[in-house]
Amino acid sequence: MIEVRNVWKRYPGKTVLENVRLRVEKNEFVTIVGASGCGKTTFLRMLLGEVEPCEGTIRVEGAPLVPEPRADRGVVFQRYSVFPHLTVLGNVLLGLDLGDAPWLGRTFGRRRVRNVARAREMLVRVGLERSAHNYPSELSGGMQQRLALAQTLITEPRILLLDEPFGALDPGIRSDMHELVRELHRELDLTVFMITHDIAEGFSLGSRLLVFDKPRVDPHEPDLYGATITFDLPVGHRRRADSIIDDINVKPGEEHAP
Amino acid sequence: MRLINRRPGGLGILASAAVPFALALVLYVVASGIRLAENPDDKLLPGLATIGAAVERVAFEPDRRTGDYIFWTDTAASLQRLLTGVFVGAFVGLAIGVPNGLLPWFGAFWSPAVRALSMIPPLAILPILFIAFGVGELAKVMLIVLGTAPFLMRDIEQRVRELPREQLIKAQTLDATSWQIAMRVVLPQVFPRLVDAVRLSLGSAWLFLIAAEAIASTDGLGYRIFLVRRYLAMDVILPYVAWITLLAFALDFGLRQLNRRCFPWYGA
Repeated sequence: MIEVRNVWKRYPGKTVLENVRLRVEKNEFVTIVGASGCGKTTFLRMLLGEVEPCEGTIRVEGAPLVPEPRADRGVVFQRYSVFPHLTVLGNVLLGLDLGDAPWLGRTFGRRRVRNVARAREMLVRVGLERSAHNYPSELSGGMQQRLALAQTLITEPRILLLDEPFGALDPGIRSDMHELVRELHRELDLTVFMITHDIAEGFSLGSRLLVFDKPRVDPHEPDLYGATITFDLPVGHRRRADSIIDDINVKPGEEHAP
Repeated sequence: MRLINRRPGGLGILASAAVPFALALVLYVVASGIRLAENPDDKLLPGLATIGAAVERVAFEPDRRTGDYIFWTDTAASLQRLLTGVFVGAFVGLAIGVPNGLLPWFGAFWSPAVRALSMIPPLAILPILFIAFGVGELAKVMLIVLGTAPFLMRDIEQRVRELPREQLIKAQTLDATSWQIAMRVVLPQVFPRLVDAVRLSLGSAWLFLIAAEAIASTDGLGYRIFLVRRYLAMDVILPYVAWITLLAFALDFGLRQLNRRCFPWYGA
């Protein structure tokens, strides 16, 4: 369970987030939408531990969040998620090897054989087993994101943070990726937070949709007030996106609605 | 077809590249011919035959005084100094540049100092090096190290900072320690960039080598050039310069191949 209590984030001359409150149960799939620059990514970076809140607390399973990225929270970014100097197999192997070899960061002998076997299993799961020895630059955008997922999930994080992971992908490939993420969410018992610009994706993929927006806007000083969670909706695969959009009265034109 | 769309292909590339060299050679032979016709003892532009004889004398006949093959002992001495200096410089560049770029506290101490250090003209402190390290090998190698390391340190620091933030975050979510991040994420990605930086600094490394050899040495390519200058021995100087150029080119080519072979992902 993740509990976000009255979290604020201010930078000099700018409030990004104000009074964010949220409680997410284990195994929920939370999608996050909102206009550009409304603090979605800042919020995700807080969950990641990369950014610290100015006020308020974030607790994971009752314990305060360590303000540093850790293996219990995996992440996939829109770009630069995989290491260009490692092969596909090497990228997945890395997480295992780092845990086994504190100094060299690589394993040898029997341990390596075991790690390679596990990494290959993960590659099969995301459908990359045939590209094991390619470098990421030789992969398509969709395959790179599959690799990023495999690389993250190999260390068995409990929370998966996705920052517009499919934003740069073609629609067809995107729906394949949705299938994959749904599957992984179900099988690996993950709590997922996913930022998206695609509001339909936000509605169809997750079990819960958060809308970040600024409840107060000072037209003369737009940075004065920050954004917060303005809508928190349970969504399911079956509900049509359009009907929910009507429910909450979000103008679809503000988002990249298809 | 527009000029911007016309490209040489296959043999054309080689042939076009050879043209300037051939032109220079022809120009030299003609100029030398004119001067020699006026004065057969002219030493400024010796004929190819004279140069050939000089090369044979220094490269393939033992020196009358020492019994050494001067050309090769000079080459060995110079290359040893150059490679030692560049190697140490590259090592220092990595050892300081990587933590400077990766560790904020380390960089807070050493990054400004490195920037200041890199502003010192190395040749200006050559006398200090000779005073401090004597006129032996150490001073010459130190000049090359001091001449190349600051640039390499700064360049590597910059390259480390250019690594996408996402990669460092990602490594942390895989529970990598700072040391592991340096070893598995930063160093392997910075290494080919170091090789490129070394390629760029080879030019100044040669400059420092020859300067040091010209001032205090008893062998080496730079020493020889400055020694025979007293006798206007262009027949030795010219092949030496050509040889230095060739060596520099070969080193550059070798480093480029190293990058291509060892780091196939680099530049992709």
